[in-house]
Amino acid sequence: MTTAISGIELANQIKASFAEAVLEGDERAVILRSEYLTQVASFLKTTPGLEFDYLSHVTAVDYLDYFEVIYHITSLAHNHSAVIKVKTPDRDNPEVPSVASVWCGANLQEREVYDLMGVTFLEHPNLKRVLLWEGFPGHPLRKDFLTLEGKSPWQTIEPLEEGHHVL
Amino acid sequence: MNLWDYIYNLANIRDRITDWANGLFVGWVVYLLIALVGIVAILIFLVPSLMAFIWIERRLVGRFQVRYGPNRVGPFGILQPVADALKVLAKEALTPADADKWVFWLAPVAIFVPALLVYAVLPFGPRMSFADLNIGILYVVAISSLSAISVFMAGWSSNNKFSLLGAMRAVAQMVSYEVPMVLSILGVIMLAGSLQMSHIVQEQLDRNVWFILIQPLGFMVYFISAVAELNRTPTDIMEAESEIVAGYHTEYSGMKFSLFYLAEYTNALAVSAIISTLFFGGWGTAPILDKLPPWLWFIAKIYFFFAILVWMRGTLPRLRIDQLMGFAWKFLLPLALINLFVTGAEVLVWEEYDLAAGWIIPSMVIINFALAGILIVAWTKLFQLRRAWA
Amino acid sequence: MSFKTEPLVVNFGPQHPSTHGVFRMIVSLDGEVITDVEPVMGYLHRGVEKLAEERTYLQNIPFTDRLDYLASMSNNLAYVLAVEKLANIPVSPRAQYLRVIMAELQRIASHAMAVGSFLNDAGAFFTPLMYMFREREKVLDLFEMTCGQRLTYNYMRVGGLSHDIPPEFLPALGKFLDDMPGFIDEYEQLLSENEILLARTKGVGILPPQLAINASVSGPILRGSGVKWDLRKADPYCVYDRFDFDIPVGKAGDSYDRFWVRLQEMRQSVRIIQQAVAQLPQGEVRSQVPATLRPQAGEAYAHIEAPKGELGFYLVSDGSVAPYRFKIRSPSFINLTPLREMMVGYKVADAVIILGSLDIVLGEVDR
Repeated sequence: MTTAISGIELANQIKASFAEAVLEGDERAVILRSEYLTQVASFLKTTPGLEFDYLSHVTAVDYLDYFEVIYHITSLAHNHSAVIKVKTPDRDNPEVPSVASVWCGANLQEREVYDLMGVTFLEHPNLKRVLLWEGFPGHPLRKDFLTLEGKSPWQTIEPLEEGHHVL
Repeated sequence: MNLWDYIYNLANIRDRITDWANGLFVGWVVYLLIALVGIVAILIFLVPSLMAFIWIERRLVGRFQVRYGPNRVGPFGILQPVADALKVLAKEALTPADADKWVFWLAPVAIFVPALLVYAVLPFGPRMSFADLNIGILYVVAISSLSAISVFMAGWSSNNKFSLLGAMRAVAQMVSYEVPMVLSILGVIMLAGSLQMSHIVQEQLDRNVWFILIQPLGFMVYFISAVAELNRTPTDIMEAESEIVAGYHTEYSGMKFSLFYLAEYTNALAVSAIISTLFFGGWGTAPILDKLPPWLWFIAKIYFFFAILVWMRGTLPRLRIDQLMGFAWKFLLPLALINLFVTGAEVLVWEEYDLAAGWIIPSMVIINFALAGILIVAWTKLFQLRRAWA
Repeated sequence: MSFKTEPLVVNFGPQHPSTHGVFRMIVSLDGEVITDVEPVMGYLHRGVEKLAEERTYLQNIPFTDRLDYLASMSNNLAYVLAVEKLANIPVSPRAQYLRVIMAELQRIASHAMAVGSFLNDAGAFFTPLMYMFREREKVLDLFEMTCGQRLTYNYMRVGGLSHDIPPEFLPALGKFLDDMPGFIDEYEQLLSENEILLARTKGVGILPPQLAINASVSGPILRGSGVKWDLRKADPYCVYDRFDFDIPVGKAGDSYDRFWVRLQEMRQSVRIIQQAVAQLPQGEVRSQVPATLRPQAGEAYAHIEAPKGELGFYLVSDGSVAPYRFKIRSPSFINLTPLREMMVGYKVADAVIILGSLDIVLGEVDR
């Protein structure tokens, strides 16, 4: 059984090396300051006892006030997993450092997040849209995508009557 | 002469027509008339055969692949090739906008003509060649290598990268496989002492031995090289469907495409016929069975070898280009050369002793089969396709 | 004397017989040798993640059918597991066992397709593919018997299954399980020692284990590289911890090992199903779940070992009837990460083999 390392425990370990890096740690996840993300990532990957060598999953959630970028990491050797998160409050220009230099599995996944959620990953080797085409207006997984003035590709469709779903 | 004599050897029909025409026309008219009769006769054989081949291949491959194959059009789907032909005739023949139009149009013609020309020298029975050239087999080799040019014309003029890749592969492959193919034929020529197709068959019948028995290695090399020239799996790299879509004929459609398609089957038929001629005694058969016309036996052998070609196609994966070229130069060529050398020595012995000496042929058969076995095993150990990792 | 040459840039796809859908690779060639590869995807992007935010948790199950359309059962399973984790819904033992049986049958079907089309890419003229189709057909018949569908099953439900298996299912399954190992033997005899196949696939598209882990690949590709990592063992879900089975791993990490691992996994799946059928308890297959499920605000990530690799669903709930965020960790998509590293330096013909050994399904890559 993969043991999920609690965020509080992991936060303490990270704080020992990077005192400033942790914003908060709860039972599920550690929330990091974004400027420390790359350093903490390589710390998590290389520290004996942790050795999170497998980045299983990268995604982002739009909480309207901020974007949360979520990393599910696993250690194949120790069979434990953890969740780290980064918040980026700037809605117009959200930026997070890329972890593709640490786990190259982040390469495509960060491109996907950039494409669909519009989070820019700094120092990513090849940050281009991956599922949608270049020039697609907006980033569809954002919660305000369908209401964006002049950006929605469906804005030319006749508005439906009250009570009907948009989609 | 009764009717059975005409059926037994179709050449008698030709002689009858010649006699009849000689009394009516001047010499060159007779010559032309007989040529026309020959052409019609070959086409009468060829067109139904091609349709039958297409049907046989689709049915056989279907059975290999645990499915039925075509079975809707006519009984057992036997009219499927007719339906296909009608469909293909009705289709639009597209020419890509940036194609080299002249070459693009010429290529299908240029590939079909040599495929047909080979039939001129095939000996369907005693005296039953359209033109029994005294350099028959050389003519076959010369004509069949022409198809490399037309394949390259097709690939180059299509202005398509997949076609170009296919064309480059085709030229490399055809030029390479020409060498072991010719060398393996040389063994047979030395044994027969002639390049004439009918003479090669007659030699085998006179000596009561098919050359496959004396030339097992030569047969193997020829068979593999010929299959490679036919570009059927496992050596269909020039039209490898899963890699370069359809290779040189990616851009062809309609009747132009079907000319390529037909040329492939025409060549397959010709190769089966040449194998039968060179190694399996042509029209000859066991004395008890020669109540049936010889040409029927020849055609039966053609169909048998075509079935083997289909079997190979239904079974084997495809080789990569470097492996295929390595196979030609490192495996087939040395074996063909050794075979040539051994055959030369054997022919010397053959000439030295009386042909009737009963022990000569059996001992040569044993020696050649043992040699072929040893050489193939040794070369397989020495040269492995998967050397890179082994 | 030297010639000035330019690389030949070839578009493999989106319409190409061997890209398994509408995938595109921009391949730069030096003669026949690949010097650069850039994958281009998105031709089948339907915006499932966005659409799911507008629908209830139950309504989203059919969407998951259409991700990896060769393994709908596995997709259903991963999704309902995530919802159950989010809303803390119990599942009856019988439903658990049936889920395992369905997921493993699905693995056999999916691997059959993967192996067959891989050999087709290797140039075998459809024969291996049709043989595998024959076996896949039997699995599809079993599924049709169960839920009436042959491709998009929509069989799993939050809290169990849509309905119990029909009485004729278990005898038919037993016959299938008896026949399957013999068939795999036959298949291995036909091809696994074929010299041409070995020459084509051994040493082609080598993915070293370090790179495999670092690039987050999963499933048979990770195991083909020699990493013994299978979520059924490492993080057992459903009742996988009650079964005895092996994890086949490759040695060299080449295309052949990935092919071989898939064949062996089919054998292991047969073993798992046999044990599951033997242990299958009686009882309900569906627990009481409200039609409009409103999980508490929170998040959940559930992952399973799908045929293609680690399939995960990350759900965020805001307490409403629809998920606030519906994220699919699709194995096919992430397995494409090391594509360039695997292909550069090999020949054009190998590119097709390497892509075939990755076994992508574009419905899942593009979502």
